[in-house]
Amino acid sequence: MSLRPATAEPRWVRTLLLTITMLFLAAFLVTPLVAVFTEALRKGVAAYFAGFDDPAVRSAIKLTLLTAGIAVPVNVVFGLAAAWSVAKFEFPGKSLLTTLIDLPLAVSPVVSGLIYVLVFGLNGWLGPWLKAHDLQVIFAVPGIVLATVFVTLPFVARELIPLMQEQGTEDEESALTLGASGWQTFWRVTLPNIRWGLLYGVILCNARAMGEFGAVSVVSGHIRGKTNTVPLQVEILYNEYNFVAAFAVASLLAMLALVTLAAKSFIEWRMTSAPASPAVPGDPT
Amino acid sequence: MWYRHGMKNWRSLAIVGLAVICAVGTAAPARAGKGVTLLNVSYDPTRELYREYNDAFAAHWKQETGQVLTVDQSHGGSGKQARGVIDGLQADIVTLALAYDIDAIASHSKLLAPEWQTRLPHNSAPYTSTIVFLVRKGNPKGIRDWGDLLKPGVEVITPNPKTSGGARWNYLAAWAWALKRELGDLNKLDDPKQAAAVAAAQAKAKAFVGELFKRVPVLDSGARGSTNTFVQRGIGDVLLAWENEAFLAVNELGPDKVDIIVPSLSILAEPTVAVVDANVDAHGTRKVAEAYLQWLYSPTGQRLAAKHFYRPVSVDMVDPALLKRFPALELVTIDQVFGGWKVAQKTHFDDGGVFDAIYAK
Repeated sequence: MSLRPATAEPRWVRTLLLTITMLFLAAFLVTPLVAVFTEALRKGVAAYFAGFDDPAVRSAIKLTLLTAGIAVPVNVVFGLAAAWSVAKFEFPGKSLLTTLIDLPLAVSPVVSGLIYVLVFGLNGWLGPWLKAHDLQVIFAVPGIVLATVFVTLPFVARELIPLMQEQGTEDEESALTLGASGWQTFWRVTLPNIRWGLLYGVILCNARAMGEFGAVSVVSGHIRGKTNTVPLQVEILYNEYNFVAAFAVASLLAMLALVTLAAKSFIEWRMTSAPASPAVPGDPT
Repeated sequence: MWYRHGMKNWRSLAIVGLAVICAVGTAAPARAGKGVTLLNVSYDPTRELYREYNDAFAAHWKQETGQVLTVDQSHGGSGKQARGVIDGLQADIVTLALAYDIDAIASHSKLLAPEWQTRLPHNSAPYTSTIVFLVRKGNPKGIRDWGDLLKPGVEVITPNPKTSGGARWNYLAAWAWALKRELGDLNKLDDPKQAAAVAAAQAKAKAFVGELFKRVPVLDSGARGSTNTFVQRGIGDVLLAWENEAFLAVNELGPDKVDIIVPSLSILAEPTVAVVDANVDAHGTRKVAEAYLQWLYSPTGQRLAAKHFYRPVSVDMVDPALLKRFPALELVTIDQVFGGWKVAQKTHFDDGGVFDAIYAK
């Protein structure tokens, strides 16, 4: 048996693999995407836009934007802090930290939601205290935001940790040696070094924050016009026989996915074509 | 010097981000305006009814008191909604599929007095419903009564009795019909002399319901999900459905697709309503919440119930033309055949109950 180079399979193997891939993509990705837009536009453009002329839908869009508007910045701060700690410091429990960051990816979203019910529910650990202080966490906006932050927690950190580990600490050390303050070093050295990775993480985080169904469904309470996010509203519209509106609102999420993919490809292209290590502070160019 | 430029962009991005957070943070509490708000936590098929009733009651309340009322709605499987209220969903009012689910709120939390069901007329059920069949147009499988569901090749659609109130009614209606077929007269159930015959009939009924659930290809978690499975996805030959849900499906999806079949016997389903004491006292909404439920028994409330295909409890209040839609059939009650919800729930639907036994087979 002689070893063959990886690209030397017979033509039929290549054709077969390519066909399988294309068929799967067509069946599982392209067809549903086309179906969403076809259904949404089945009764014309006017009916499509009429789907958004509903206070409950507009409130769902607002709530989704609000949730993502909080969850994404929170995860940027957390992701930067976590990646900085892991990449630039040595401390006990470091590998435990990196494992824990992945936890939300391993846990079913329903379980994530139920955890919040157990903690903040009326019979949960903090339930009586919250009630005594007239605070509502689950079945209200704070619970939705918390659940979303939880499920999106890994996205920024996971992008940044390998990137910052790879880049090491030389650039920062040089900047500090040359008299830059810690803050200056962060803004002028670290951030430019990691910006594409950070943006990549933000985009994935945002897509998940806006699209999350399971965890949010558990803590939402489904109060019309108050605690329904866009994915939950889609389900409600569908269940009310309002198919055109359901698919019209779903098409927003589909478009978000397309924009996310486009941005992701663009950033991947920038990350591979741009030099990993840009100019050092004080570079005269 | 491109990095300086880049840095500026980052800084402005961060500032915009912070500004967004602050803006939404301050905007959110401004929502609580003047007037009064009620939250009605209900089950799946009542969406259309309460959408119209809420507007009507808000107008009535404004006229009576000058107060502006907003009623928020939450809908879902009845059991799931009860669980939500127990966990702290701030319902002022619950309007659920069956008394057992409101009993669950009373027994698992201190939100509601145990004797809640005696507070309003007719066991706190302002409207009733029953279980009927929805079949494909023209009834190609010739389904007329419960017995026909076991014809060869018939697929039956029902939600899961574990999660859906409607499905529990479906199951019990099938059981009651089988008992009646065996006994001829359901009064024998209470006759100690007939104990042996009753036991035999119960075994036959169990076998019948077991066979029935073998013909169910998909168990959805709620009534609306099953309707969509049957009508939209085209699965199954007959849907066991709430009468109101069946009428609604015919109206929404077109009479050219499905027909309603009324069996010889079915169960009287009493969807019940209650004010959640602890929540209305905390919100200061007791007066309006009680008025909201009492008005369901008024001529307007009864008319709206009938309009949305619920059987009104005070038929004399409703235009007879509107009542023609409800076919006459023999309706048995859960108290009469199953000894009430608590017993029925424990015997049939709790973990390790009869449903688990027949469905696992």
